[in-house]
Amino acid sequence: MPMIDIQAVSKWYGPQFQVLKDCTTAVEKGEVVVVCGPSGSGKSTLIKCVNALEPFQSGAIHVDGINLQDPSTNLPKLRARIGMVFQHFELFPHLKITENLCLAQEKVLGRSRDEAMTKAMALLERVGLKDHSHKFPGQLSGGQQQRVAIARALAMDPIAMLFDEPTSALDPEMITEVLDVMVELAREGMTMMVVTHEMGFARKVAHRVIFMDKGEIIEDRPKEEFFGTPRSERAQVFLSKILAH
Amino acid sequence: MTYNWNWGIFWEMSPEATGTYLDMLLMGLRWTIATALLAWVVALFFGSIVGVMRTLPGRTVSIIASAYVEFFRNIPLLVQLFLWYFVLPELLPKTAGMWLKQLPNAPFWTGAIGVGLYMSARIAEQLRAGIKSLPRGQAMAGTALGLTTVQTYRYVLLPMAFRIIMPPLTSEALNTVKNTSVALTIGLMELTARARAMQEFSFQVFEAFTAATILYLLLNAVVVFGMRRLEKSIAVPGYIAGK
Ligand SMILES: Nc1ncnc2c1ncn2[C@@H]1O[C@H](COP(=O)(O)OP(=O)(O)OP(=O)(O)O)[C@@H](O)[C@H]1O
Ligand SMILES: [Mg+2]
Repeated sequence: MPMIDIQAVSKWYGPQFQVLKDCTTAVEKGEVVVVCGPSGSGKSTLIKCVNALEPFQSGAIHVDGINLQDPSTNLPKLRARIGMVFQHFELFPHLKITENLCLAQEKVLGRSRDEAMTKAMALLERVGLKDHSHKFPGQLSGGQQQRVAIARALAMDPIAMLFDEPTSALDPEMITEVLDVMVELAREGMTMMVVTHEMGFARKVAHRVIFMDKGEIIEDRPKEEFFGTPRSERAQVFLSKILAH
Repeated sequence: MTYNWNWGIFWEMSPEATGTYLDMLLMGLRWTIATALLAWVVALFFGSIVGVMRTLPGRTVSIIASAYVEFFRNIPLLVQLFLWYFVLPELLPKTAGMWLKQLPNAPFWTGAIGVGLYMSARIAEQLRAGIKSLPRGQAMAGTALGLTTVQTYRYVLLPMAFRIIMPPLTSEALNTVKNTSVALTIGLMELTARARAMQEFSFQVFEAFTAATILYLLLNAVVVFGMRRLEKSIAVPGYIAGK
C-alpha cells in the first residue's frame, strides 16, 4: 500500500477553471518524488491537496491508508502526521525558534514542554542551528529560516514530508544548506514529495520525477528514464529551459 | 463683556456640599475613567470576536459580522445611547424593562456598554485589516501543523495581527475615552457633565472647562504612554512589517 495514493483527482476554481485534471500517482514509503513543471501548472495545488489544505471535487487521496474525504477522518490529526515546508518558510514571527518547534508538539500532540524542548533542540542540532534557538525568525537568514521550518515539520515525527519550492525564495548561496538537509532526509528513508526546479537535487536523491503542465500529470517516471529521454515534447522544452541556466 | 476670573474657585465648596469644586471634577474624572475602562473591555471583546468572524470563510458568519459592524458604526453614538437608554426598556417585557430602568448606576452601565459596542465595530474593522495583512501562508502553516482553526487564530494569527494594529488601536483607545463624554446626555455625571455643572453653579465657565480640558489631556497622555509601553514590550525582535 503506497504512503500517498492520489487517484484521479480533479479540482476546479469556480465553474470554469480546472486546476487539476484527473491526476493519478502514488508515493511509496521511503520514496522521494520530485514534481516539476511550468509556473501555474498546478504543482502547489496538488501537494496542498495531499494534506487537505485544498479541497478537491473529484477523485480520492489516501495517506497511509486513510481517506482524506471520509467525513470521519480527523483532518488536524492527519495533517499533524504530514510535514509541510513552504516557499516562504512561514515561521511564526512572534515566537522564538524553540517555540516555533514546540507549539504544535504541545498543542496538537500533547507533549509536555520538556519532551517538546528535547525534541526541538535535537532537531535544531541536526539542521545546524542549535546556537540560534533563542532567536526570533526575523533574526535569521532565509536559508536558516527554511532549515528551522524543516525542523519544525520534523518535530511532529511525520510519516511523509511535502515541500513546495523550498529553495526558490532563497539567495543562491543559501540554497545548498537547505538542499543538504533535504538530501540527508531523503537518504534516511523519509517519504518525500518535493516541488522543485532543483534538478541537481532530483538527480541526486529522487526515485521518480513527475512533470506537470496545465493541471495534468504529463510524465511520471523513474528518474533515470526522465532525465534520459523525457517522452513528451513539453517536458523536453521545460527541461531545456531550466537546465539552460 | 466683563468676566471675573477666579482661579481660586476650585478650592471653594460646591453647592453639592460633598467637597470643593475640584473634588467634584475629580469625581467626574473617576466616572470617565471607569466608563472608558469598561467600554474598552467591551470593545476589545466584541471587536475581536466580530473581527475574526469577518475573516472566516463561512458566508453566513461573515454576513452576520458585517451587519454588526455596519449597524454599530453607521448610527451616531448619541442615537445609540438614546436607543439603549430610553427605547430598549420600552421594547422589553415589562418586568425586564423596569429592572433595567431601576438598575443602580444605570447611566454608567448603559453608557459604558453603549460606547463599548460602538467602538467594537471600529476595532473589528481594524482587526480584520490586521489579520488580512498577514501572509496567507501563515494560516496555512498553522493548519498544516495540525492546529485547529481556533488554535491557529489563538496562537498564530491574532498575536501578530494585534501587534500590527497597535498604532490604530491606540487611536481607538483615545476615542473611547473621548466618546464617554456623550454619556452625559443620558445622565452620567462624568467629567464633562461635572464641568458643566460647575459652570452652572459658579458661572466660572472658562475655569471649569480649562480644568476639564487639562484633565482629558492628562488622561489621554496616560493612555498614549501606556499603549506605547505595551507596543514596545510586545515588539518582535527582527520583525519588519510587511515582509
Ligand atoms: N485560490 C485560487 N483561486 C483561483 N485560482 C487559483 C487559486 N490558487 C491558484 N490558482 C490558479 O491555479 C493555477 C495553479 O496554481 P498553482 O499554485 O498550483 O501552480 P504552481 O504549479 O504551483 O505554480 P508556481 O510554479 O508558480 O508556484 C494557477 O493558474 C493559479 O493562478
Ligand atoms: Mg507553486
